[in-house]
Amino acid sequence: MKRKERGNGEMKYRSVFDIIGPVMVGPSSSHTAGAARIGLMAGKLFGVTPEVIHVTFYGSFADTYRGHGTDVAIVGGVLGFDTFDDRIPESIKIAESKGIKIVFETSEALTDHPNTARVNLKAGDETFELVGISIGGGTIEITELNHFPLRLSGGGPALVVLHHDRFGAIAAVTRVLADHEINIGHMEVSRHEKGKQALMAIEIDDRMPREVLEEINRLPQVERSVMIGE
Amino acid sequence: MFKSVKELVGLANEQQVGISEIMIQQEMSVRYLERDEVYAMMERNLEVMEDAVARSLEGVQSVTGLTGGDAVLLQKYRASGKGLSGDLLLDAVSKAIGTNEVNAAMGKICATPTAGSAGVVPGTLFAVKERLNPTRDQMLRYLFTAGAFGFVVANNASISGAAGGCQAEVGSATGMAAAAIVEMAGGTPEQSAHAFAIALKNMLGLVCDPVAGLVEVPCVKRNAMGGANALVAADMALAGITSRIPCDEVIGAMYEIGQMMPSALRETAKGGLANTPTGRWLESKIFGEQSNERVT
Repeated sequence: MKRKERGNGEMKYRSVFDIIGPVMVGPSSSHTAGAARIGLMAGKLFGVTPEVIHVTFYGSFADTYRGHGTDVAIVGGVLGFDTFDDRIPESIKIAESKGIKIVFETSEALTDHPNTARVNLKAGDETFELVGISIGGGTIEITELNHFPLRLSGGGPALVVLHHDRFGAIAAVTRVLADHEINIGHMEVSRHEKGKQALMAIEIDDRMPREVLEEINRLPQVERSVMIGE
Repeated sequence: MFKSVKELVGLANEQQVGISEIMIQQEMSVRYLERDEVYAMMERNLEVMEDAVARSLEGVQSVTGLTGGDAVLLQKYRASGKGLSGDLLLDAVSKAIGTNEVNAAMGKICATPTAGSAGVVPGTLFAVKERLNPTRDQMLRYLFTAGAFGFVVANNASISGAAGGCQAEVGSATGMAAAAIVEMAGGTPEQSAHAFAIALKNMLGLVCDPVAGLVEVPCVKRNAMGGANALVAADMALAGITSRIPCDEVIGAMYEIGQMMPSALRETAKGGLANTPTGRWLESKIFGEQSNERVT
């Protein structure tokens, strides 16, 4: 039998703390901590408290989400609770006390990875959607953002920016990175419609200080940005 | 970044240092951190592990009642002096069980490399500590060595039960612990690699079949046996026994087996122990009727 080679030497895990860590509320690193991180990413990118959190679980997530606390973890993440936050077990009650409507759905649809979740957030006219996969040990990847497929090559740090599709947006973001001497390894820009929302996915060589992210978030062309794979 | 165990052992030999030192140096260079920052991060993880074991010895119970209290039972038995398999081994096993009981009770733990396999590395560490009296530095190095081996597995195979079965989780943790015990006991980097290989070889094929999809049955007891397996593998390597199949090839075999494993045995709660009459009965007792959608 031919041995199937994995990837092309890509290193999905880059830190010892991906292996010895994270510190987290149990019971599952992929189904609890990873789910919390997917929720956190969605919450951060949405930027406001949602009125509705709609989560669709696929694969192993769909089969076992209740036993693993995937539901409370993902909702906790959206509320801003990190993997080690003691409030995670109570997150659904906390969300409900804030008047947030929560819907869980399971799907039989086949996905590339067994631990896949789609998080849809609504507040007023605003909606936001993210698809995340939990690849093991609490490490996650985001594969889709507002229906933009995200193609990040590996576990290295990346900056994801939702911005207005107009001239100067890309230059403004890359200028900030250049000012802080941060090198771009790979970059992709996508949009659905001219002049509406667009997405920049920028892989950078090094970890980026918090204040750089804040500076990018202050740019008028930028709706919101987050770091992935810190 | 080192990509294989062979490379990792080579780097350690070249610089005449332990595996842990190579991991620390890589972390500093990849994440632009100072040595004391890397140490402080690991110290925090070590403290969480200590707290979890301490909490388990007071007795914990999971929400479902499926697990809890066994760490206490085993410590009492150990104290009675009637134990057959050795005091250090039973200590490691009870502390591995304890960590996973805290995890199942949604308590705070440190994933090593995952939450479902979080008992093996700290369980063995805190038991071996009683014998070898390591410094705090050596205890932290134990975790860096374990992490270095887990790092290779995660990048070449998998540490996810949904992707590779329990062999990827408790199997990886067992190899990581075996390698770390060897370094703490004064063994060579090669001996750490052999200990890892011997331990993982005996976990190959282990499926992930949690009853009701919960990280309880059989996960807690698999951590117990992982701890025991790690100690024996470390002793074998320290005695000079070598693995005929090189460590990296054992990791490759684990990946291949994971790829061939049916999805029913990869954390879907559809096969194996989850699908036994008692497993199904427990599931219905805990969750009642399954429904596809829940609106709260």
